[in-house]
Amino acid sequence: MRVNFTVNGRKQEADDVWEGESLLYVLRERMGLPGSKNACEQGECGSCTVRLDGVPVCSCLVAAGQVEGREVVTVEGLADYAKHREDAHPGGGCASGACGTSIDAAQRWQAKPLDGQTGEAGALSPIQQAFIDAGAVQCGFCTPGLLVAADELLERNASPSDQDIREALSGNLCRCTGYEKILDAVRLAAARQEEAV
Amino acid sequence: MATTGTPTNITQGSKTKGGIGESTLRPDGTLKVTGEFAYSSDMWHEDMLWGQTLRSTVAHAEIKSIDISEAVAMPGVYAVLTYDDLPTEVKNYGLEIQDTPVLAHGKVRHHGEPVALVAADHPETARRAAAKIKIEYAELPVITDEASATAPDAVLVHEGRDDHHIGHVPHPNIVHRQPIVRGDADEAAKRADVIVKGEYTFGMQDQAFLGPESGLAVPSEDGGVELYVATQWLHSDLKQIAPVLGLPEEKVRMTLSGVGGAFGGREDISMQIHACLLALRTGKPVKIVYNRFESFFGHVHRHPAKLYYEHGATKDGKLTHMKCKIVLDGGAYASASPAVVGNASSLSVGPYVIDDVDIEAIALYTNNPPCGAMRGFGAVQACFAYEAQMDKLAAKLGIDPVEFRQLNAMEQGTLLPTGQPVDSPAPVAELLRRVKARPLPPEQQWVTAGEQADVRALPGGLSNTTHGEGVVRGIGYAVGIKNVGFSEGFDDYSTAKVRVEVINGEAVATVHTAMAEVGQGGITVHAQIARTELGVTQVTIHPADTQVGSAGSTSASRQTYVTGGAVKNTCEHVREAVLEIGRRKFGSYHPAWATAELLLEGGKVVTDGGEVLADLADVLEDEAVELELEWRHRPTVAFDLRTGQGNGHVQYSFAAHRAVVEVDTELGLVKVVELSVAQDVGKALNPLSVVGQIQGGTTQGLGVAVMEEIIVDPKTAKVRNPSFTDYLIPTILDTPTIPVDVLELADEHAPYGLRGIGEAPTLSSTPAVLAAIRNATGLELNRTPVRPEHLTGTESS
Repeated sequence: MRVNFTVNGRKQEADDVWEGESLLYVLRERMGLPGSKNACEQGECGSCTVRLDGVPVCSCLVAAGQVEGREVVTVEGLADYAKHREDAHPGGGCASGACGTSIDAAQRWQAKPLDGQTGEAGALSPIQQAFIDAGAVQCGFCTPGLLVAADELLERNASPSDQDIREALSGNLCRCTGYEKILDAVRLAAARQEEAV
Repeated sequence: MATTGTPTNITQGSKTKGGIGESTLRPDGTLKVTGEFAYSSDMWHEDMLWGQTLRSTVAHAEIKSIDISEAVAMPGVYAVLTYDDLPTEVKNYGLEIQDTPVLAHGKVRHHGEPVALVAADHPETARRAAAKIKIEYAELPVITDEASATAPDAVLVHEGRDDHHIGHVPHPNIVHRQPIVRGDADEAAKRADVIVKGEYTFGMQDQAFLGPESGLAVPSEDGGVELYVATQWLHSDLKQIAPVLGLPEEKVRMTLSGVGGAFGGREDISMQIHACLLALRTGKPVKIVYNRFESFFGHVHRHPAKLYYEHGATKDGKLTHMKCKIVLDGGAYASASPAVVGNASSLSVGPYVIDDVDIEAIALYTNNPPCGAMRGFGAVQACFAYEAQMDKLAAKLGIDPVEFRQLNAMEQGTLLPTGQPVDSPAPVAELLRRVKARPLPPEQQWVTAGEQADVRALPGGLSNTTHGEGVVRGIGYAVGIKNVGFSEGFDDYSTAKVRVEVINGEAVATVHTAMAEVGQGGITVHAQIARTELGVTQVTIHPADTQVGSAGSTSASRQTYVTGGAVKNTCEHVREAVLEIGRRKFGSYHPAWATAELLLEGGKVVTDGGEVLADLADVLEDEAVELELEWRHRPTVAFDLRTGQGNGHVQYSFAAHRAVVEVDTELGLVKVVELSVAQDVGKALNPLSVVGQIQGGTTQGLGVAVMEEIIVDPKTAKVRNPSFTDYLIPTILDTPTIPVDVLELADEHAPYGLRGIGEAPTLSSTPAVLAAIRNATGLELNRTPVRPEHLTGTESS
């Protein structure tokens, strides 16, 4: 079958998709977007977390056909997504719950492709930078899913308590870090966000 | 960071920014946070096929027949391979004993053993084709424990064994045995005022790295193959792959692709040979990616163990003797079992002084899943048992458990049971003092200003099972000792190629090793070492491959020590060569060129007094200096096979933990509130990475204390929980805050005085949590992991 959907702000169509394929498989093997990871493919580890119409989901549990006409944001589009959100809502806080992106703005939004030579995007999102700075990346396999989940947390809660962070990231397994540096990274991103306001 | 003790013999604080001792950031960090970093499962090639393994559904059986006809006939299927398709006489592989079939032949010995391979143009086609292969099994009785393995009429897991261990084992179903006898334990026991005996059970833990076994094999024009794979040791894989393919090693070109964690689970071959076989058969690139279910069958696990211990002590708290027997279940194939036996036995006393010991460790062949390397490697199981013993002895003597440990703590100069002296700082008592001195976390953190308890701070969390009723707190301590590096006479070397040249007017260095970066941060440290030694800012880390000499394994806490040592050593030789060029060019301009103590700092040649003699760029001009050198740590010897005596280890590392837990005694739910660590790292080359590593290791120890266990059906030897739904690893909700206290007592034998750090935190974490749960509940708890039924007395037999 053919599936049309928007990925990181770009309209995409995937052809010859077998009905049983997951969104994760389509992203990784058909779209050349391997950033969403395949650690369990059974919805237990969160390494494949993407945003589907803004909502964080395990893309391994979403059938490819379910995303017809919908919008997906992966870790590859996170920096742009965050930048756009910042432009639309300076200060980044979401106290009123008026977060997210208007349809108009989303339609005008264009993703900037990464520089394939260095892998450097124009700039990293605050949460991506914080993960690097805090030492929250070791093997890095859980990192993309954690980034998508943590970014979504900070979008709806600009100053989360430790319990809030733990709750928001409880669906993302990490085997290397012991999570302490991941907590540090989210705190760091929240603090920098606060300073920027 | 606390720094005490003897200063290291290095220039304090490298003058070049980004040198050792600084928390420089990972060079692969940006790629990893943008999703651009290429892990082994991300490989893609034009026209590639997908490989699929068919694994046995039974644990022990004769294979009567295999019918592949339906699978071969499926559209989209390019190849179906069984044992009969193996190209050479070499049909087995193995780390120490070549007893593991590439594909089962005539017999399967454990649940999930590879029997056939399929290559197809879509992973689902490959899965369906594999499901169409018909295998007829005639089941055999399963051997699952020591009694069934060593019974006089026991079926032999491996008939006709002829490996070099066979002469020293009492039964062919025992892989390896290591006794250690020192002093006279029976005589010393007469001096004991109290004797404590215990029998302990350690469950089967899995490494559960997040990046599944995967890789891509691409046939090359010369009949060879290129393999991109996640592994812990490229050259060890190469040695096992090439003979099976019938290719010379230079025709199997291996490149490390991104590794999503390892923890010992990538020391053994998984899909490497299978992918190469399919690629060479089809002439097309073949990618294999295990799903999580298959990953649980795709790698070895941590040995489950039974440990029988006896300790004695005098009234004033001095240990008199220790006797123990450690039985490790190695499963169907040897993997690293012999080395694990050596580790478990030689470290079975723990970080204590006991002169009279009688020790025996064995590993069994059974029809359970194969077990081999996992972080801590035999020392973990022993630590769980001896630390439980320490608490029991202390309780019997009425002495504080920390004080009792400190009374008996090893120090520099103490002899191990093997007779080997610990010839570097051994701050066991100090590490315990530090974790004990740390303030305790506040009580009852679920109490809020309002009426409602914050259930997230309670055992059971948001399942809202208690608001504090029935919840009790407990505190427990543990300390452990782990060896660093490969032991028992193994030639444990590493190789580093370093190049320095001028590019765009700036001197830059390139470091090329075959070291597997598995997340530990070795690549970060290599760049730091090169900056410190060569005084350059720009360091390029060349991808790890087999075009350079072996780096040995990223395991045994050894890689920063051994490959870090190799990089340091090569850099020193490169520096000398650079200075030689400088002397040739500029020697006549300044008398200081003739002195030996010249350094490279900040892109300049300087005297040890800091006087600048020349710019590095001017010295080199268009010359490049490149050297590839091997480097070795101190040699070790094998343990005597009868007495266990011998200087078998390279180095030791020590960590201590304090665990604070809260237990809902009604439901048997445990919440670990805090797990604090103190560890001696010798020298922290990258403090941020050191702390992260210690926290990660601690968390894996927590996992096997309260949740992680591969459950094998004792009747059928089948794995019952091969998924993340049923094999639980700690989430961020299960993991407490982990404060880390780092000591830096230099080991003068090691590069920069460093100690390997990866495994030590995994040792004492588990017994500390167990001690805390015992402290909270008053239960004896002689097995790990502890599950709710063990705490509520509702365990069904």
